[in-house]
Formats: sequence, structure tokens, C-alpha cells
Amino acid sequence: MRMTNTRIFSALALLSLAACVGLGGCGPTDSNSGNASGGGGGGARSAAAGGSSAQAPESAGKGSEKSPAAAPAAAPAAAPAAAPAAADEILIGHYASMTGSEATFGQVTDKGIRLAVEKVNAAGGIKGKKVRVVTLDTEGKESVTTTVVTRLITSDKVVALLGEVASSRSIAGANVAQRFGIPMITPSSTNPEVTTKGDKIFRVCFLDPFQGYVMAKFARENLKLSKVATLYDQKQPYSTGLNDNFKEAFTKLGGTVVAEQAFSGGDADFSAQLATIRDRGAEAIFVPGYYTEVGNIAIQARKLGVTVPLLGGDGWESPKLAEIGGKAIDGSYYSNHYSPSDTREEVVKFVSEFQSKHGGEVPDSLAAMGYDAAMVLFDAMKRSPSLGGADLAKAIAATKDFKGVSGMISIDAERNARKSAVVLQMRKGKAEYVTTIAPQQ
Amino acid sequence: MNAALQTFFETLINGLAVGSLYALVALGYTMVYGILKFINFAHSDIVVLGAWIAFVLARSLGYATPDAAAPWYAGLLILLVAMTACGAIGYAVERLAYKPLRGAPRLNVLITAIGVSLFLQNTGQLSFLFGASPQRMPSLLPDTPLLTVFGARVSLVDVVGAGTAVLLMVGLEYLIFHTKLGRAMRAVSYNTSVASLMGVNVNAVISFTFVVGSALAAAAGFLYSMKYVGIKQPADAGWVMLGLKAFVAAVVGGIGNIRGAMIGGVMIGLLEFFGAAYVSTQYRDVYVFALLILVLLFRPAGLFGRATVEKV
Repeated sequence: MRMTNTRIFSALALLSLAACVGLGGCGPTDSNSGNASGGGGGGARSAAAGGSSAQAPESAGKGSEKSPAAAPAAAPAAAPAAAPAAADEILIGHYASMTGSEATFGQVTDKGIRLAVEKVNAAGGIKGKKVRVVTLDTEGKESVTTTVVTRLITSDKVVALLGEVASSRSIAGANVAQRFGIPMITPSSTNPEVTTKGDKIFRVCFLDPFQGYVMAKFARENLKLSKVATLYDQKQPYSTGLNDNFKEAFTKLGGTVVAEQAFSGGDADFSAQLATIRDRGAEAIFVPGYYTEVGNIAIQARKLGVTVPLLGGDGWESPKLAEIGGKAIDGSYYSNHYSPSDTREEVVKFVSEFQSKHGGEVPDSLAAMGYDAAMVLFDAMKRSPSLGGADLAKAIAATKDFKGVSGMISIDAERNARKSAVVLQMRKGKAEYVTTIAPQQ
Repeated sequence: MNAALQTFFETLINGLAVGSLYALVALGYTMVYGILKFINFAHSDIVVLGAWIAFVLARSLGYATPDAAAPWYAGLLILLVAMTACGAIGYAVERLAYKPLRGAPRLNVLITAIGVSLFLQNTGQLSFLFGASPQRMPSLLPDTPLLTVFGARVSLVDVVGAGTAVLLMVGLEYLIFHTKLGRAMRAVSYNTSVASLMGVNVNAVISFTFVVGSALAAAAGFLYSMKYVGIKQPADAGWVMLGLKAFVAAVVGGIGNIRGAMIGGVMIGLLEFFGAAYVSTQYRDVYVFALLILVLLFRPAGLFGRATVEKV
């Protein structure tokens, strides 16, 4: 049987090769594209506007281009060439999904952080130095995250890190940050695992068990539902974690989860899952996913005759949700870190400052969390005796009753923030405030 | 009983609708393989370009809001423009990236194809082109159920999508088996050097194959985005998966075999949707690739391919 086996088997081998290339194995090419979008993109330009010198992004770009060649050749001697920070500057790193399917997450968080940097510099900086933020793009991929975080630490020599929104990538970044002893604050990763990576890893947002509890309590007590289905992304720890937490809390409150369905991030069709949910008579569907999928799920649910509201978490937060979901998403609820329509002084001030800087764009919760994460970091920097990793981590850990845009922030012994959450409802394409749910005792 | 029938027909309709789009994409893989004996990994990115060019066109024609009523010919016009544009891109890709490597080992061309794929993905994400965010495709067809079979809605989008796919496939079938150009394509696929000795312009035939394959891919991308209106950004893993499934369809049908690719595409679509509906949604990609492994184990030349002796 000397048939075309070889040909077909080579095709199979190539298929797996293509899968590697297409589905996230783009490691080698990433340092370049990260450089392009981090250094040349709009973000870096606004840093120059807010920072001390207009050449700053240029020199950062050159420095990081040089370092890959210089570092392996003569690592000890190359130190001056690889340190782009000027003497009167404090560099902090931000790694974010500036491109990729969750691009709005990274871009908006970066805007929030840059507003915080601008404010702290306008008020005289920290310890007499200006703060500058270097943003590198994770492209929404874990493999890239490890590369860019390592680069921020070893070649840009940042003193602290801010980043990611998606928990899977914050975990990847936390592993690197902890190894190098650089403090990291994640603005909005809610999966509990993130801060377990070590004593240098912090967060300023609430956790998934609480977020799951908030929606369960809201569904059970405010909406008076007893039968709910869940539909989660099996590829995202954020989604699977939230699914488990919701299920546990909802069952404890006396409700029943009648169907538990999964999809994989990147799927376009959810009809099979939705048909099952429809047949089990669920009164609401808990969809702890990200906005792209949630929009598609809402459209397909209405097409299949599923009219019950969808419930979700902070992964829904994006103007794209209403844009993609349209009328189909109206009437659905999600839990969130903050609401721009809140009347607290911090919120009003933040919203107006953000809007005047970004042409009237209303800051979503990710912008608020990015801003809060940066402000908590700056507050700790001011209190810390030095900017070394150990001192700075100790100062962040001592944060107590910090008045953030997203509420009072106190860091607890597990390096997490204990906060309340708001529940919002989508009405005519806008997320409207419904209620606030406090942490359970 | 009624609910069971409804689920069955919904699954069948979706499977056929998506399967016919897999078939359209698979044709591009299989035609290029038939002639050049290499797998054009940049093909799935042409699908993406087709969807996004259609989106940009629809936007600029003023059908931006999801509810704006578009005349029936708007969709047709956009489809034709997207197909033409992608045909031109396919031609350019072949001319610039593959033609200089005509005599080179196959592996070189293959690596180039992966390079072209990355280039197209990342270029598409530039903010002045398509950007890196998902978008809502304006609905160019009224979203009304055409008829209802046991509670399952047969929507206009599915009928038009599958219908267009079938029409294009019938056209391709005619082109390949009933025209002089088609005969030239088949001749080049059998034996390139002999065909060129008989006076067939091999380079022109290869270019034409790329143009046709890319135009079909563009049609698939457009129809796919009409069905799943939240179109993902150009480098999303979902597009790669769509391309891979179409590629599997081409291999299952017997790579190089036109009719095999069509049947393979529909088979893959039905397998995926019935597997998801009746076994588990968690493994919907597994069914497709498990079928690939089975076919490669037991019928390595594909279900409709003919085994040939490899000259060593």
C-alpha cells in the first residue's frame, strides 16, 4: 500500500503547525508587533504630552530595540544601554491587550492609567520625579504576556507593573513579576488565583466569588427567580470560576441551576447550547463571558425564541456590547465595579476629567479601575521609603480606606480589595444603575 | 416530542447553512492544492478580508445601524464588490509571494503562506483599515423567518446563504468541467509540464485559480458575517478555526478533489452541529478533528480522493 500516505500525513503535520501559529504560538514575532503598537501607537504619544519630554517614546522605542541584541551578548556590561529611564523619571509598566478580541479592555484601561499619571505629574510627581508609563501590547495572548512583562522588567527596568484585565493573562504576568520581585497591581482581574502568585501581587477590584454571589443574590432576591441556566466559556478561568461561584451561591440561596452549558472562546454559534437552555425552561441565563461573545449570544438567543434576560459579570463592560447586541441585549443585567452615573464626588470629577481628555467618551469601569490601580500605586510610592520591590510592596499592602473612583479601597491580608459591587441593566443601549450589593459578612 | 423535532430541524438547518460555507472555503484550499500541491494557509485570511470589506462597504453605504432597511440589491452589490476585491488580493498574493517561489521546494512556499497569513492578519488590525475591535455587521437581509418547520425557524439569512453557496458551487462546477479554461485547470493539475508543452499558459491558469478561490472565500466570509453578525476582529482565533475546519473538509473530501471539498464541507458542518446538539457542546471542535484522524487512518486519500502511487 504505497499510497499518498506521506502526502496526507505531511498535511496533518502542517495542520498542527498552522494551529500553533494561528492560535497563539506567535511568540517570536510578538516582540516586534508589541513594540510597534506600544511604542508607536496613540498611547505612547499621549504619554509624551503628559510627561516631561517629547522624545520620551522615541528613546523608549530605541532602547528596547537595542536590548535584545545587547542583552544576550554581554549581559552585565550592557546595563547602561538597556536602561531608558532618565534620572528624573520613575518608570512604571502597563501590559494590556491593546489589540486582539478584547482590545477595548486594554485600550480603555490604558486611558485611565494615563489620566492618573497626568494628574500625579501635574501635582509635582512622586519624590520630585515625574512618572512615565510604558505600555506594551499582550495581543490578548498569554504567551505574549510573559514575553512583554519580562521585557518591561528586564529592559525597561520599570519599578512597578499594572496589568491585565483578563485573569488568565494577569496570572501569566504575575508569575514573572513575582519572580523578579517587582510589585504588580491588577486593575480588574477578578479570578482569586491571581493574587495567590506571591507577596508582590495585588488587586484593587473585587473577586469572582463575590461577583458570582452578587448576581446570584440579585437574581434570587431582586428578580425572584428560581430556575436559572448558565452558559460559560470553558477556555477562560474567569468564566469557569464565575460560573462555579454563581452556581454555588444561587443553589445556597434556594434556587436551581437547570442547565449548565459551555462554549469555547472564538465560537460563533451558540444555538445548540441555547436550544438546551430553552427546553429546560430557565428564567434567566447567567453568561459570565466577554462582550463579543455575549453580544452574539444575545442575538442568537432572541432568534431561537429565548426571551429571558441574560445575567453577567464585569466582562460585559464595553460600548461594543450594545453595538453588537443591539436590541437583543436590552433588559439584561450585569455586575460591575462602578457606574459613571454615580453621584459621589470622586466619580463626578473622574468622569468629567476623562471626558474632557477623550472627546466626551464616558469612562467605563475598566477605565475607572485602571485609574484607581495607578492612584493606589502612586499613593503607596509616596508613602514608601524607597522604590525597591520589597518596600513598595509593603506600602501597597498598607493601603487603607483609599478613596478610589470605584469605592473605598483597603488591601486585605490576601492582597485583595474588599469592595461592594453595582448591578447595571442594559436599557436602550445604555448601562443604567440598578442597585449596589455589599460584601457578604 | 415537538421540542425534540424542533431541535433536530434547527440543528439540521444550521449545520447545512454553516456547512455550505465551509464548503466554499474548502474549495479554495483544494483547488490550490490540486494545481500547486501546497496548502495555502493564507486562505482563511482571505475569508476574513471578505467579511471585513463587506462590513466597511455596508457602513459606507449608510447601513450602519442594525435596523436600517437595506434594499435587496445592496447585499448583492456588496457581495460582488467583496468578491472582486478579494479576487484581486488573491491575485496579488500569488503574484508577489508565491510566484517567485515557483521552482522552490514545497516547504518554502508553505512557510511563505504562513508568513502571508500573519501579514494579512496584522495588517487588517491597523486602525485605518479594520481596527482591532469586533463590529456589528449591518443586517442587509430582513431577519424574518421564511417558514417554520416543527417550530424551527428557517430564516432568510440561512436560505440566501446556503443558496448563494450552492449557486457559486454549481458555477464553479460548470467552469471546471465544461469550459476551456476549466479544462486547462484540470490539465495543469494532472501534469504541469505536459500541460505547458501542449500550449497551456500555466502561470495564467495558476493566477486564475487563486482569483476564483479567493472570490469564493470572500463570499463565504460575507455570508458568514450575515449569519453571525458580531464579526470578530481580523486576527481572532475564531477565524483561524473556521479556516482549519474548512481545511479539514478539503482533506476529508480528498484534497485536490472539487466535489469532495463540497461534500466534505457540508459533512463537517452537519457533524459539528449534530455533535454539539446531541452529544456535548464542549467537544464541538473535537468531532471535526476526530473525523480527520479517522479519515487519515482508514482512507488517507480522503473519502472521494483516488489513491495514487507516489513516485520515489
